[in-house]
Amino acid sequence: MLHRFAKFVAGCTVLLVLAGSLVTSTDSGLSVPDWPTTYGWNMFTFPPSKWVGGILYEHGHRLIASSVGFLTIVLAVWLWMSEPRRWMKWLGVGALGAVIAQGVLGGLTVMFFLPAPISTAHAGLAEIFFCMTVAIALFTSRGWIDGYTGHFVDEGFLRRLATTTTVLVYCQILVGATMRHTGAGLAIPDFPLMFGHLWPTHWDPKIAVHFAHRVGATLVAIAVVWTAAAVFNRTRLAELRRPAALLIVLVVVQITLGALTVLSKRDVWINSVHVVCGALVLTTSLVLTLRTWRAKFARDVRGLRLQADPTVRLKPDTTYGKATA
Amino acid sequence: MRVRNLWIGALALMLTASLTACGSKKDDLDEGGAGNSAASGGGPPVDQATAGNIDGEVSFDGTAPKNEPIKMNADPVCVKANSTPQEQETYMVANGKLANVFVYVKDGLGNYSYPAPAGPITIDQMGCRYHPHVFGIRVGQELDIINSDPTLHNIHALPKSNSEFNTGQPIKDMKTVHTFNTKEVMVPFKCDVHGWMNAFVGVMDNPYFAVTGPDGKFSLKGLPPGTYTIEAWHEKAGTQTAQVTIAAKETKNANFTFKAPATATN
Repeated sequence: MLHRFAKFVAGCTVLLVLAGSLVTSTDSGLSVPDWPTTYGWNMFTFPPSKWVGGILYEHGHRLIASSVGFLTIVLAVWLWMSEPRRWMKWLGVGALGAVIAQGVLGGLTVMFFLPAPISTAHAGLAEIFFCMTVAIALFTSRGWIDGYTGHFVDEGFLRRLATTTTVLVYCQILVGATMRHTGAGLAIPDFPLMFGHLWPTHWDPKIAVHFAHRVGATLVAIAVVWTAAAVFNRTRLAELRRPAALLIVLVVVQITLGALTVLSKRDVWINSVHVVCGALVLTTSLVLTLRTWRAKFARDVRGLRLQADPTVRLKPDTTYGKATA
Repeated sequence: MRVRNLWIGALALMLTASLTACGSKKDDLDEGGAGNSAASGGGPPVDQATAGNIDGEVSFDGTAPKNEPIKMNADPVCVKANSTPQEQETYMVANGKLANVFVYVKDGLGNYSYPAPAGPITIDQMGCRYHPHVFGIRVGQELDIINSDPTLHNIHALPKSNSEFNTGQPIKDMKTVHTFNTKEVMVPFKCDVHGWMNAFVGVMDNPYFAVTGPDGKFSLKGLPPGTYTIEAWHEKAGTQTAQVTIAAKETKNANFTFKAPATATN
């Protein structure tokens, strides 16, 4: 039940990321000038008849964010009350802290007229919060707790590679957020060429950040292909192969959406879905990474299994620590 | 013990958020304006007995680019207020004359003091458009911002030298007063609710500015004798300058011609 609820919170967070990206894509970030009120109303009593123009996006984003915040409170309390793993309790508290900080950043960026550093931090923390909800959902899953019937990969190389890929994806998202919030989305207006050449013919800060995002996309694509190839070469475990395959698909979709964003002159929906797809790339990479680290969690989860099922007999766990390809 | 602390913390947080969110509307909506003070260089007043004028007109050479059509579907009130198709006011060209050009004395004025502005300037949000689209105001002069629409607007100024502001006007006939403290040409206004709404204000520390009408004409009256740099500003076509020297009681002409951009199509 807790796992289902954690999945629900993660799903709502996807919706929240979409709503947030729509706010930026429609340039509606300041359509509600006050915060936390909405045109002087308590935000929960603001009449739906007044949700017009940019307000629909900004106010909708605030309402969805409040709902996710409430769900996160429930999730954190639930974890605190029922989770035997101490670190999971604190992960719930961390998620709650992240969503609160995220709300404050959202308010600050409105009150200070969308300064790029605050808006970018808002986007960056959104991804971290999303990662936390996905991680909670993963850690509460039956597959994780059962330890995939005792079979898991314990390879340092795969762990390092997957972790590097996830960090790289996150850095790429930060560059993308910087590009969005500094108005550099069309600083290089053509694709795949740049001003008709393979290399930008002139430079300014916006062109530089846009160029960095394109270079970052190339690096992420290489890292993802490398990681997926390593997974498929080293294991038959579906728990690793599935996210690796999904990661490849998502990166292909993501690069296509990025190209279309430029070619369509930042079409609102293409641009917004590009942001959401980026978040999905990150969390898929995270799931893959965490599963490569699964072996390191074995002792903790073994204790959880025993606590959950009192009929299990205490005997030496002969599978613990064994790497299975 | 820890569980109890967590609950207490969460409740305190929610209580604080609720109290803040329930704040009064008036706190946010009434933005008081500064007094109606005259911007002055502190020098002697202009001697009207010797003052002259600079008149002129702004032309547009070539075919003006087509103004972007406006889709107001995002707000039914805006659709209802406009029975005819709407378009942006970027290039307002009639008979080769260009309207909405802000013309002002950019340089050459000495250290004069000027009479206080006669009264406030008004910008109205009506039919989900700004009226006027381009206008001038004096430093310290009150700007009355009015919402004549039965829908919400936010007026968001994006100056570089003055302070940025973003004020919500959710109720019809609301009025907000604002003043600018520093000379700035031009300060853009936008409505983030209705993305098509935009306007421009030139903030001046002297009274020598004008905006061309549909006939492209302007007049800068009461200038002391001297040599001036006159600049004509257009939101898309950019700026042009002219040097004009006027003697006592003299009226001179200064005409400007903006050209269609190379990619203009109609």
